[in-house]
Amino acid sequence: MSDNARRDFLKQVGITTAATVGLSSITAKADEYKSGEVQGVLVDIGVCVGCRNCERACQVAHNLPAEDPEEYHNRDIYKEFRRPNTHSLTVVNEFENPKNKLIPYDVKYQCMHCNHPACVSACIVGALTKNKNGAVTWDTNKCIGCRYCMVACPFQIPTFEYDKAIQPKIMKCDFCFERTKEGLLPACVANCPVEALTYGNRDELLVLAKKRIARYPDKYIPKVFGEDEVGGTSWLYIAPVDFETLMFPKLGDKPAPGVTEAIQHGIFSYFIPPLALFGWLGGVMWLSKRKKELTESETKKEEDK
Amino acid sequence: MSELVIPKPVKHKFFTPGMIIVTLLALNGLYFLAKRFLFGMGAVTNLNNFYPWGLWIGVDVAAGVALSAGGFVTAAMGHIFHLPNMKPVIRPALLTAMLGYTFVGIGVMVDIGRWYYIWHPMIYWNGNSPLFEVGICVMTYLTVLYIEFFPIVTERFRGKVNLPSILSIFNKPIEFLLKLFDNTLGKAMFVFIIAGVVLSTLHQSSLGTLMVIAGYKMHPLWLTPIMPLLFFISAICVGIPMVIFECLIASRSFGLKPEMDVLKNIAAYVPLLLGIYLGFKIGDMAIRKSFVYLFEFNKYSIAWLIEIVFGVIIPLVMLNFKKVLNSPLWLFIAATLVVAGVLINRINTFIVAYHPPYAKTPYFPSFGEISVTVGFICLMVILYRIIVMIFPVMSLPIKNEEKY
Repeated sequence: MSDNARRDFLKQVGITTAATVGLSSITAKADEYKSGEVQGVLVDIGVCVGCRNCERACQVAHNLPAEDPEEYHNRDIYKEFRRPNTHSLTVVNEFENPKNKLIPYDVKYQCMHCNHPACVSACIVGALTKNKNGAVTWDTNKCIGCRYCMVACPFQIPTFEYDKAIQPKIMKCDFCFERTKEGLLPACVANCPVEALTYGNRDELLVLAKKRIARYPDKYIPKVFGEDEVGGTSWLYIAPVDFETLMFPKLGDKPAPGVTEAIQHGIFSYFIPPLALFGWLGGVMWLSKRKKELTESETKKEEDK
Repeated sequence: MSELVIPKPVKHKFFTPGMIIVTLLALNGLYFLAKRFLFGMGAVTNLNNFYPWGLWIGVDVAAGVALSAGGFVTAAMGHIFHLPNMKPVIRPALLTAMLGYTFVGIGVMVDIGRWYYIWHPMIYWNGNSPLFEVGICVMTYLTVLYIEFFPIVTERFRGKVNLPSILSIFNKPIEFLLKLFDNTLGKAMFVFIIAGVVLSTLHQSSLGTLMVIAGYKMHPLWLTPIMPLLFFISAICVGIPMVIFECLIASRSFGLKPEMDVLKNIAAYVPLLLGIYLGFKIGDMAIRKSFVYLFEFNKYSIAWLIEIVFGVIIPLVMLNFKKVLNSPLWLFIAATLVVAGVLINRINTFIVAYHPPYAKTPYFPSFGEISVTVGFICLMVILYRIIVMIFPVMSLPIKNEEKY
């Protein structure tokens, strides 16, 4: 049994025992993704040249239809703002640099691999998993295609194969989970010719990002996107302009699933509220029935007189 | 008068001009349904990667669950709180709930990409997911509803099992089984009735939790942590108006005199419930200061105003007047407004308020999506009609029956 399967199993056992014994293990929530084994990628928007090698490398690594390498150098594609889709799990967009038209800003987008992913919390069958190395992966054997992950994601990342009648898939960046397991770099990182992407321990990447900002204060705005957004993400960005002009959503530092999980665990805390409601209704039912019978027999008696 | 009223199968012609239109609309829906299963979601719907949920989740599922609330509301009022005058409406409400939830289940199956995996939530659990909770509760509650309806089936056939020719050897065993079920179920029924109310409380509210996780993608006029509470209260509010709505339609369609004595008594509970709902809605708005968005003139403020003014405030005022309570037409209008109000609230919550980033055009349902939704409603009408003509659901006064 893998770590995650075991954790899921323990969770289920926890829930069932909670129902019967009134004890629970699901509330113990250590902040396990803040440090240690969590890997990440630092994207330096000030370095990216928009060659789109990462797009192609990603398609090849995930067995998705890829075009000829030359096609990716046609910069006409930047006329339209694009989002990751079922054929390209990562896409690059270009924005005009008002200070210097010759040096535009190129931005790569993909799943941010949140520390507290909304999709993982939302998924009805637990088909999405937050792995120890930070990757958020999807399990085709569990998914029912309800698309709640797409509703939940604050970055609007998961996509769905609407054109398939059988086994449509949720498509999103999986942080090259199969490659990194074998010690390889994620395909996009391995194929970036200008080292705009740096793969490594998330904590160390944060230090590196801040060092870079400190060394070139004129080049970067003093912010690491992904450090605190929705509780932190595995992917981190530094940029020469503020992130909203680069079409990043403006997000708070609270994890996206926080409120929902509080409500859910409030309603279900150890199954006590539902059982209490059941008991209360049972009591009311019994009492009101007795009262009704009493009044009925009284009126009957009066009628008999 | 209500003593004279007993549930009986309705005798009436099945096809009227209205029913022919209903049947045609149902067939039109089935055509698009076949297309969806053969060629995928994209062939029929306007859904995309920005708008993963549309009309089918908003109306077929979310509004379907809310408008089926009559089942648990009347069960709680009649069987648990033993309020007077509830008896004649419990069975029609139970039938609506049973049909409503059946179609919620079918609606979910149509909307999920992998419909053949609909049973997965039973073995793959995610306790953090409100959708998981909704799924499990709806599955269980649907079973409970079928169990609650079973006595109506036994009542119809007990002592009357008479299969033709060769099959007649089964007459006695079936009769014995019916008797057995009737006797044992009758004693245990209170467990299922209470379970039905508990399950409804849970999933009606959890449906409201669903969109909380979308966070900033939801318009602040609707997004509030008390959404589960608002969904639950509005479900209770719509329970009785939905019963009134369909009792009046059914009695008109079958040419019967509506049971105004019963209906006006239960309608009197509605203003109080609507008042509580409005109180929470406005109070929440005042605390979160989201009323500032009402002064922006856009589709959100208009949608919110339509929902609250027509769906809550107007019927709340109307139902305080004796004239409204005593007139079938006015009562029908008031009940319809509440039903429409809850329907609009679910549409607003799941479709209008949801504004994802990066979407180039807002979502509007396709002709195919609308056809399927309308088709399902028509199928429900057809099944309702068939069932009340076979089983003792509708309470018919003796004098009405003499007409035939």
